[in-house]
Amino acid sequence: MTARTVLDAQDIDRAIVRISHEIVEANHGTDNLLILGIPTRGVYLANRIAQAIAKNNPGFELEHSLGRLDVTMFRDDLKSQPNRAISPTQIPVSDITDRTVVLVDDVLFSGRTIRAALDALVTHGRPKAVRLAVLVDRGHRELPIRADYVGKNLPTSVTERISVKLTETDEEQSVVITQ
Amino acid sequence: MKHLLSIDDVSKDEALAILNLATEMREVNTREVRKLPALNGKVVANLFFEDSTRTRISFEIAAKRLSADVVNFTAKGSSVSKGESLKDTVLTLEAMGVDAFVVRHHHSGAPQKIAASNWSKATIINGGDGTHEHPTQALLDALTMRVRLKGASDSGDLAGVRVLIVGDILHSRVARSNALLLRKLGAIVAFAGPSTLLPRTATTLVDEVYFNLDEALENSFDVVMMLRVQSERMNSSFVPNSVEYTALFGLTDERFENLGGKALIMHPGPMNRGLEIASKVADSDSSAISEQVSNGVAVRMAVLYRLLAQESK
Repeated sequence: MTARTVLDAQDIDRAIVRISHEIVEANHGTDNLLILGIPTRGVYLANRIAQAIAKNNPGFELEHSLGRLDVTMFRDDLKSQPNRAISPTQIPVSDITDRTVVLVDDVLFSGRTIRAALDALVTHGRPKAVRLAVLVDRGHRELPIRADYVGKNLPTSVTERISVKLTETDEEQSVVITQ
Repeated sequence: MKHLLSIDDVSKDEALAILNLATEMREVNTREVRKLPALNGKVVANLFFEDSTRTRISFEIAAKRLSADVVNFTAKGSSVSKGESLKDTVLTLEAMGVDAFVVRHHHSGAPQKIAASNWSKATIINGGDGTHEHPTQALLDALTMRVRLKGASDSGDLAGVRVLIVGDILHSRVARSNALLLRKLGAIVAFAGPSTLLPRTATTLVDEVYFNLDEALENSFDVVMMLRVQSERMNSSFVPNSVEYTALFGLTDERFENLGGKALIMHPGPMNRGLEIASKVADSDSSAISEQVSNGVAVRMAVLYRLLAQESK
């Protein structure tokens, strides 16, 4: 088994800062932004992106703009997967109608998690727009879904594994490809 | 776990997993669209041979919130009144394609009988059988205690919580399931009731047994759960009359005041206001009776999800 580090700790930090700038630029400011992380690691990435936005934009209020969205119950593979743990969903505002929602996940692969997230989001209301930010896009989409903000595009083969490690859950911070 | 027949089959870890899933299901009830697609295409049959308001409607709402289809079968108005047996009733529904039966029956052991037979491949959930068990009631009671005593987001057990269950213990499937589950979760459980309505096994089932309610209430309980006086299972050899029952074992205004608001008041319903519980007590801030009902939907969603979401091997 060969392991190759494709992003180190500093690369990840830089990607998060860049994505945070791109989100604000595309949104023409921070008005009505709602950053939602998809458990598990998407929640930590969403948290870091929101912190980075808040650092450069004093008007950005984290408590009304950062949340998490669990998609387990909306997955299309519930039948074959063992009972997955469900984690809390927190939408920090009561009405998401005028919000531009940015979904955050660690790796974009088949696109099925994002499909589930879009369905989960609809049960909370009808946002103005939904964007997608991911740390790694590894290709092999099975659905017509693409990311708006990408930390790194990684062409991979289907048999390779991508593991994202973040300081919040792991000892180190890196993105590693193993064969 | 394929069936939910008795709390005996539920390990402590499994019980906590159900309670923690139910905690997330409580949140679903606050969304704009209160529906999850997890059980899309599954059929849940409510097979009720005994009357019920709460349990049947609660299972129906829970199944529908998970996008399952629900059929309601009640013995009254069905071919059971023409003499059709339990076996043929199950075979008939099975032939139409049912993934789960929620069974309520006046005979203890009816759900076990269906699960052990080869009548049906469906999942069987006990919705209350005779004087035996009512497992989902115990789970919703445990969730209600945890939310009220430890907070809505707590994910732990009920270690050290003192629970007093009062009334007709002998005929109560709620008391039995609660005793089994609450002790599994670390709570200290006591029974109080007239000696004619306490089973001989009471001392092995719970930690403390009282024949006098006033004496029991002096022992600082965190939860006082009043049971319904089951007139359909009762005759004069158990209790002389209802006035005497209220005087000796009813949670009257006076007894409630002596508790000083320190205990959580629960009742599985349906209530006989003025008999086992005073109306003012049932409507007080200490009462969790309507929360029990709303938690019932969340707990039943959790149970249905855990038993049905995964394809059986």
